[in-house]
Amino acid sequence: MSAQSYTAAASVDEVLEAMAAGARPIAGGTDLVVGARGGKAPLPDALVAIHRVSELRGIREQDGGLVLGALATHADIVASSTACELFTALADASAIVGSHATRNAGTIGGNVMNASPAMETGGPLICFDAVATLRSASGTRRVGLADLFTGPGRTAAEPGELLTEIALPAPAPGTGSCYARLEYRRQMEIAIVGATAVVTLDGGTVRDARIAITALAPTIHRVAEAEQALNGSDASDAAVRAAADAAASASRPISDVRGSADYRRAMAAVLTRRAIGTAIARARGGRFPIPASPALHGAVNGGRA
Amino acid sequence: MRYDATLNVNGRAYPVAIEPGRTLLSVLRGEVGLTGAKEGCDDSECGACMVLLDGQPVNSCSYLALQADGREIVTIEGLAGEDGELHPLQQAFLDQGGVQCGFCTPGMLISAKALLDRNPSPDEDEIRLALSGNLCRCTGYSGIVRAVQAAAAQS
Repeated sequence: MSAQSYTAAASVDEVLEAMAAGARPIAGGTDLVVGARGGKAPLPDALVAIHRVSELRGIREQDGGLVLGALATHADIVASSTACELFTALADASAIVGSHATRNAGTIGGNVMNASPAMETGGPLICFDAVATLRSASGTRRVGLADLFTGPGRTAAEPGELLTEIALPAPAPGTGSCYARLEYRRQMEIAIVGATAVVTLDGGTVRDARIAITALAPTIHRVAEAEQALNGSDASDAAVRAAADAAASASRPISDVRGSADYRRAMAAVLTRRAIGTAIARARGGRFPIPASPALHGAVNGGRA
Repeated sequence: MRYDATLNVNGRAYPVAIEPGRTLLSVLRGEVGLTGAKEGCDDSECGACMVLLDGQPVNSCSYLALQADGREIVTIEGLAGEDGELHPLQQAFLDQGGVQCGFCTPGMLISAKALLDRNPSPDEDEIRLALSGNLCRCTGYSGIVRAVQAAAAQS
C-alpha cells in the first residue's frame, strides 16, 4: 500500500482544501483499505481522514424526510426509528452490509461513492429519490442518486468533490418498501442479486411503484417496465409476477465466482417478487422484521412473499 | 513519512510513529506488541483481527492506525483482569469447549463482548447473528454459542 501523506481534517473546509490539493477522503476505510490490502487499487498517495468532521455526522429529520450525513454509519441508519419506519428498504439494506464491525465503521457516504453495482443501499436510495450534495472548493451541487452512479466504481463526482450529505424526501402516505438480496451467508456478504421495491398504495390500488435491481447490470437502476406492470394494478399476485419477470428481462448480469449470468437472471425474478411482496405487505401495515432478507429465507414470515 | 499518534490500548497510552498506510492490526502487533488480535484473511472477511474501537467492534486489518489516534481501543489482552483473572466469557469458552486451534478466539471473544455489552441476554439466533462476522474452522460453533449463552446466564 502506498499513501505518503495524511491529514486528519477537523472541518469540511479543511477536507475540501486538502482535496483541492489532490488528497482523497477516507472515512471508515472498509472499502479503501480492504481494496488496497487485496491489491485492487493502492491507497491514494495523499489521504485526508474525515472521521472527525462533526458537520458530516448524524441523521436529521427534514420536511418529513431524512438527511443522512456522509459519516452516518450503517449502524446509525439501522438505529434510526425514522429510517426503519419511513425508509424501511434502506434499513433492510444497511442492516445486512458486512458484519457488525463493518456497519460500525462503514459510512453511507463511502458506500455510495465506492459505487459498487452490488452495494446494498444503492437501490433503496435511488427508489426513494435520494439526492446527494457534492461540495468542492469551488461550490456546491446536488445530484440525484440515479445520476450519480455512472459505472462500476464510477460516479459523476469530479475530483475535489466531497459527498457531504444525502437527502431523502418524505415518502407519500401508504408507502411500504423492501430490499431483499440473494446471499450465501448472513454477514460479510454482498448481493449476488438484489432487488428494491417501494410501493405506494391508494386503497387497494398501486398508485406508484419503484423497482430497482442490484448486481444485475453495470449500475444499479430502476426498471420502468417492472414499475409499469404494477402501477394502477390491484397488487395481485399476477401483477407482482409480471413486474418481477420484467425486472429479470431488464437484467444484464455477468458470470463470476459468485454466480452465473443465467442463475442471476433466474433469481432476479425471485428476489424482485419477494421485495415487492414484502413492500406491499408493509404498505398495508404489516410488520416484517428488518432486515427482510434472512426473514425471507426462514420461518419468520412463514417463507411467504 | 511517519506521523506521531497515541493509541490508547486497554487503558494504556502507546505513543507510536507510523506511516499513513499502516493498519491498526499491524501497529498493534508490530509496534504496541500485542499479538492477540490475529491476521486471518486480511480482507475483512474472517473477524480474527477484531478489536473494540470506542466500544464498537471493528476489523483492525482494514482500519488505518492513524485514524485510531487518541481513541480507546480494547484488544483481547484487555479482557482479563489486572490479576490475570479471566473474563467470564473467556472462562465460559474454556468450560464449554469453545476453543480448538484458538486462532479465531480473540475475535470471537471481542464480538461476544460487544454483543453482551449491548444485549446482556441474547437468544441463540441473536448470538449466531452477532458472531456471523467471525469465522471458525474447527469447533463447528456449537461450543462457542454455548459459551456465550453460559456467560450471559452468569451476568
